[in-house]
Amino acid sequence: MQFFSSNLQMIYILLFTIILGFEIISKVPTVLHTPLMSGANAISGIVIIGAIILIRHSAPDDYFTLGLGFLGIVMGMINVAGGFAVTDRMLEMFKKKKK
Amino acid sequence: MFGTIIQLAYMVGALLIILGLRKLGSPDTARRGNIEAGIGMGLAILAALVGPMEGAPNNYAWIIGGMIVGGIIGWIAAKKVKMTAMPQMVSIFNGFGGATAVVLGMVELEHFYSGTAMDGGQIIVTLLALIIGGVSFTGSMLAYLKLDGKVKDKHVTFNGHSILNIILLLVMIAASVYLYMQGRPGGIGLAVIVMIISLIYGFSFVAPIGGADMPVVISLLNSFTGLSAAAAGLIYGNLVMIVGGIFVGAAGTILTILMCNAMNRSLLNVIIGGFGAGAAAGAKAGTDGQIVKEIGINDMAIQLYYSDSVIFVPGYGLAVAQAQKALKELDDLLTENGVDVKYAIHPVAGRMPGHMNVLLAEADVPYPKLLDLEEANAALANTDIVVIVGANDVVNPAAKDDPSSPIYGMPILDVLEAKNVVVIKRSMSPGYAGIPNPLFFHAKNKMLFGDAKDIITKVAGEVKDL
Repeated sequence: MQFFSSNLQMIYILLFTIILGFEIISKVPTVLHTPLMSGANAISGIVIIGAIILIRHSAPDDYFTLGLGFLGIVMGMINVAGGFAVTDRMLEMFKKKKK
Repeated sequence: MFGTIIQLAYMVGALLIILGLRKLGSPDTARRGNIEAGIGMGLAILAALVGPMEGAPNNYAWIIGGMIVGGIIGWIAAKKVKMTAMPQMVSIFNGFGGATAVVLGMVELEHFYSGTAMDGGQIIVTLLALIIGGVSFTGSMLAYLKLDGKVKDKHVTFNGHSILNIILLLVMIAASVYLYMQGRPGGIGLAVIVMIISLIYGFSFVAPIGGADMPVVISLLNSFTGLSAAAAGLIYGNLVMIVGGIFVGAAGTILTILMCNAMNRSLLNVIIGGFGAGAAAGAKAGTDGQIVKEIGINDMAIQLYYSDSVIFVPGYGLAVAQAQKALKELDDLLTENGVDVKYAIHPVAGRMPGHMNVLLAEADVPYPKLLDLEEANAALANTDIVVIVGANDVVNPAAKDDPSSPIYGMPILDVLEAKNVVVIKRSMSPGYAGIPNPLFFHAKNKMLFGDAKDIITKVAGEVKDL
């Protein structure tokens, strides 16, 4: 329980973010369902930050942590870079035909 | 001082992500929103790279190496993928995000069992990252295989599948609770077992879900990956990860609810039911001896040419046949001749939310021409011809008048309200979900058999010669 009492602020933010998240994202037009999904998908790659912190803290000869951390960074980066690029490609098409 | 700058960078990063996602909600600002969210992500990643960490060995070679490899793979995949294969691509990307959370959870637990201090709360969030990430990883990979047609539903399901799923879920929860209660002596072995169960569960829970339910699953898996990222954020006390993860979770959940509503089914029903499973039972409803009328390409062209209003109903078949550009050409020819051409988009047409909108956007169809379910149903009564291109379940009248049908109660496009209906289809076989469609036998309906792209191109050719 110590984790919760010492991280109370973080838990506040967590709860507020949940409400804010629903408020901001509700009412998306159908046209944008796919880009929203794929854009959000790219953002879930934020988990890469955890892998960065992990590797930075790891001992230089702890190959278990380094190896898995490396794998985590590769996969996280695929999610981030691929996700944003794909979303941009889609949204480019939406824009083009507005003219 | 430097530490404060890093904290500020995290904060601005989180703000940009929130604002970017908000802008993704409107067509005019969407592209800028995506770029802003990307910049926010970049800023947060940079802050994580250079932020002060006392005595940390850093190991930058590993980090930068991984980022370059992953960045190049992701970028090339995103640039090369065909628009029609977009649902598969999004699934794979999503799975990788989940896999990263699994890796983090596993490594942190290993550290815990080899001596690093961790309190109960940290163990809980670490287990959450591990489990949710694991389900999302294998679930997304199976969704990818299904969407790509590499795996068919019947390959991975069997009788009593939902019972297996419930058992797996219970065992996974029980093992996690046990692991948490045990504290240190629980040991890495059990943690590995929990991980493996979560990976099996992810696969097994997606296995019976297919066809028209695919958009629901993809949205749900997307939301899982977000939640696993948020849980990982709690492990490291990183606010950007929490904010980003929760927002993704919210976006995924909202899309999941929208998709469920579009089919008039509850999420539980989608997960436990399995669309295809119920259909097999309903498929008995006799279609023998009923007459199917066909129409020729020439007749079709003449009918379209001399009508006042045409509505196209695109479905997954349009994506498979890559017929969106041919359809747009036909649209242009008809529009030049004064025909009012519109498109009716059902919310679950295709294999991911908004799938048809993306395809038609690729073919440069202006989006005011796209009608949503309500607009389309209001317009259909005044329409001369409805042409259904590769859609099936979303126009199945059984959803309205046959209580024994597995899709009974799902809102559909009332194509029979229009004066004439033409279905372009490869054969008489039922759709992906395997539900028979009485529309094909209706007196008002005519069938045009063949590959959608081929047929539409030929019809356009005929219209040109008229």
